Amino acid sequence: MNLVELQKKLLAAARADVPVDQVPYAFEKRITALLASRVAVENLNLWVRGLWRAAVSCAAIALLIGAWAAFNPTTSVATADDLSQNFETTLLASVDQSDQVQ
Amino acid sequence: MERTEAELIAAVLKGDAASFEPLVQKYSPRVFATARRYARRESEVEDIAQEVWLKAFSKLQSFRGEAPFEHWLMRMTVRTCYDFLRGHQRNRESSFSELSEPENDWLERFVTQPETLTDNADAAKLLIGRVLEKLTPPARLVITLLEIEDRSVKEIAELTGWSVPLVKVRAFRARGEMRKIVAKMAKDKYL
Repeated sequence: MNLVELQKKLLAAARADVPVDQVPYAFEKRITALLASRVAVENLNLWVRGLWRAAVSCAAIALLIGAWAAFNPTTSVATADDLSQNFETTLLASVDQSDQVQ
Repeated sequence: MERTEAELIAAVLKGDAASFEPLVQKYSPRVFATARRYARRESEVEDIAQEVWLKAFSKLQSFRGEAPFEHWLMRMTVRTCYDFLRGHQRNRESSFSELSEPENDWLERFVTQPETLTDNADAAKLLIGRVLEKLTPPARLVITLLEIEDRSVKEIAELTGWSVPLVKVRAFRARGEMRKIVAKMAKDKYL
């Protein structure tokens, strides 16, 4: 058997077999619908990703401030007490004033 | 008034996904015809076409508009078909002993009366389909583009993203691979 000739014949058959370019009914509609749903999901993912980043940043800032408050040598127990005392006085100032008037 | 391709692409890039539909409608016949060269089942062809359009949509920002949209899309189609071939390497180990009757007849006529054979015979199409299925994915892609679609080495390099020397090397190997498969087919039939 002449293999070269056989190969040529088979390739000629493949060349003669032009594939059809038929597209399934409403294929473009299906693709557009698929893309629209993907876009919606992507937008949602974008929000979720943004919110997670914000949450991580907030947690990091809270940790940093906490660490700073705990380890800062200038924030002694006495000043902390003063601060809470001052805070309480300020908060209850209006009540104290109304007591004094009565 | 009908919008131009550039206008449609600009609209899609601005977030109007509906503007993609006319592009899908216009170029899907070419995408489907190309996919049918590599996949036999219609469901596989549809999967390839869908994958092509999803990729085209997500990578549309990389389309610079220097070449026609169709060329950019066809590159994507050929590469998606290649990925499909790599993912579906089936039937490569089977023998040619289970040829159908028309295929056996065609081979016998090739030996006895080769002048009577036409290129358009269905049996020959089935046989070449079997031979192509046994090729490795790069060999199949090169044989299809070079020998069946009659494209130049430069065109193949552009479509596949391979360098020109790589296409030549792969074409050389693919021809050798195909020769071996055709020889095996003849051996399975007559020995």
